[in-house]
Amino acid sequence: MSSVESTDVLVVGSGFGGAIAAYYLAAGGARVVVLERGPWLEGKDFEHDFLLGSSYTRAFDFVVGDGMSVLGGNCVGGGSVVYFAAMPRAPRFVFERHGSVGHRMWPSTIDRDALDPWYDRVAEAMPVSKQGWPDVSYAGGLWAAACHHAGRTANPLPVAIDNDLCTNCNWMMAGCRFDAKRSLLFNYLPGAVAHGAEIRPLHEVQQLSRTADGGYRVHYNRVDGEDYRVHTGDGTIDAKLVVLAAGAGATPVILQRSEPELGAMPPAVGKYFSGNGERLNTAVLNEDRVRDVLGLTRGDGIAYEANQIGKGPTVASWDRLDGTLPEFSRYSLEQLYFPPGLGTILAQVPGLDDPAWFGPEKKEMLERWRSWLTVFLMTEDDNEGVFGPPPPTGNAFRISQQMLGRGPLSYEPTPNTLHGWAQADADVKDILERDGLAEVAPWTNDLVGAYTVHPLASCRIGDDPRTSALDDRHELRDHAGIFVTDGSAVPGALTVNPAMTIAALAERAMPGIVDAARERGIDVSYGAPVPGADGGAGGSVPVTVGSGER
Amino acid sequence: MGWEDMVVRPDAQDDDPTTMTLEAFADTIVPGAKRRPGDTAVAGVSGSDGAVAAGALELLYTPATGVTAGLADASRALNEHALAYASEHGLATGEAMPSFVALPYAYRRDLVHRLTTPGHPEKDIWVSLALFCNMAFDSAAHLPTADAMAARHPGLRAMGLADPDEDGLWRFPEHTYGRELADVHPDTTPSGSPT
Repeated sequence: MSSVESTDVLVVGSGFGGAIAAYYLAAGGARVVVLERGPWLEGKDFEHDFLLGSSYTRAFDFVVGDGMSVLGGNCVGGGSVVYFAAMPRAPRFVFERHGSVGHRMWPSTIDRDALDPWYDRVAEAMPVSKQGWPDVSYAGGLWAAACHHAGRTANPLPVAIDNDLCTNCNWMMAGCRFDAKRSLLFNYLPGAVAHGAEIRPLHEVQQLSRTADGGYRVHYNRVDGEDYRVHTGDGTIDAKLVVLAAGAGATPVILQRSEPELGAMPPAVGKYFSGNGERLNTAVLNEDRVRDVLGLTRGDGIAYEANQIGKGPTVASWDRLDGTLPEFSRYSLEQLYFPPGLGTILAQVPGLDDPAWFGPEKKEMLERWRSWLTVFLMTEDDNEGVFGPPPPTGNAFRISQQMLGRGPLSYEPTPNTLHGWAQADADVKDILERDGLAEVAPWTNDLVGAYTVHPLASCRIGDDPRTSALDDRHELRDHAGIFVTDGSAVPGALTVNPAMTIAALAERAMPGIVDAARERGIDVSYGAPVPGADGGAGGSVPVTVGSGER
Repeated sequence: MGWEDMVVRPDAQDDDPTTMTLEAFADTIVPGAKRRPGDTAVAGVSGSDGAVAAGALELLYTPATGVTAGLADASRALNEHALAYASEHGLATGEAMPSFVALPYAYRRDLVHRLTTPGHPEKDIWVSLALFCNMAFDSAAHLPTADAMAARHPGLRAMGLADPDEDGLWRFPEHTYGRELADVHPDTTPSGSPT
């Protein structure tokens, strides 16, 4: 018989929302435990390998829903370990969006000006840097040249990548082997650990209940390090304050499962999910036309044939990020690399009638894979995602030993979302099919629904209790002492990559969370510099662990 | 050593009905050339190796996929669907081979399309199997990738993946056109974000 384990603050998840909370609370003097469902991996563990069981499948989760599938991180560092490190700030108009709720979705206290100081902190901590044209991959350069040819602008993206270390291997989704990608393993997490935070990998939180003293008991399962379908034990930890940051695909599920113990959840928990309006197009380039029309050559007679080379997205066209345009018609068009194995099957043969995702014509398209260019559309969707009843454990029924599962999210795109997708598809087609440069088609939504790598808004901040689960301090309504700081807190689609905004919101939430912790009897203060800055822990040295599964 | 030697073949014989049916399904997703005269599972609508040659069955029979235990049932169900489909279209199937294998490619394709269309009650099963069949070709997920490249895996080779360095890692020192190729948006902040 052992005594009940307790801590001041329990953080669920170690992605942007969890890592930033863990850092400031630990630096401020609180006892912090972080429970992370995935393994703890670092540079040497990150493999260039599609083999099932490599870091590619260990660090990722792919959950298929009805009408929407979600790709997310599943490791210490969360999405930051598998992301492509594009870190633009959200355009000003995004904060004024109404969606379909008839009023401003964001809290009145937050707009771009209010968030900029917090963006600045994240940019310093990661750090985020502006790219120059020599940093842009062939694929990004091709997209820029095609945009220019069509009378559009195109921007090299701000990124969290150390270009001196980057080899342009395009294996970012399996974690960065060369420590070039600035994930949370290099800043907030080592900072948190240096201040005493304890990170426990392979601990999957299932639900919360209340303790007699007004705190929370956090119930978790231990997950096998190889076969995530297998649970090796369970346990509980009592905490005075809980920060939920399990990701927009999991945070609402934990709260739904907790409802019998905690009492009714705010109505917006598990509703208003947004896939960030995401959609993909694949173009197959005509190499001769790339050379003749755009004047591009790699110097060896080859015009492009460089789909495999680079570092994810490097260039985006922001001409439609125009606040004077009507809502649901604003979007960015971003060059992307999408690795084989996860999305190739969804690419459709341009011009072919259904089914265009398999068969001999698709095979011929695969044989031109080097000449593919993937364009990522980030539009304004309508927050139509709804989570059904939670599965028995976790956020999905796991099918495969790692990565693949079936979850309770359903998503039926409204005419608003469909309009944005169609308009963005047509724009990509106009740019890339001009003068015979390429043939292009959107990915099919028939197999796994729409597809997002940036799940948002399933437990969001706002001023209206009917349509937002959190107040503007990120505290769960009617459940004092539970805070949510991950992508689920973002009110809606951002029209750009959201990591920078998720992180800035978590930074912004921290003074208030520290105040709440003090009110709950925790001896903690706010005021630590960003990690890596003078006096702040962390920075250039990654989190060091023994086995990868400590 | 060729790529064929690197994988553990399922125990079943090539003329086992389950094997033939799953091969025919995989061949519908990424078609290949017939392996030998009289090859019935592979329809032969492509002139080069497809999903079957790339190792689709080896991947399906890898327990980590989570689909292995259900393959025999899936094979039976697919043949039942094929029997009904053949009847609906007035096609002969006979008993010489599994019903799905007996279908010409165009009909296999139409049936698989039907089974994977939103609203079909078994869609999840058939999409999962299609996903792994495609992965056998486009990423050889049943093999260490550097080894598959060295052994000239047909899918990775067909797609034209570059070879890794000797340590099995990819590096591309030449990666950029290196020059300005578009005007940046006029409303860009000094740090490179939209305003």
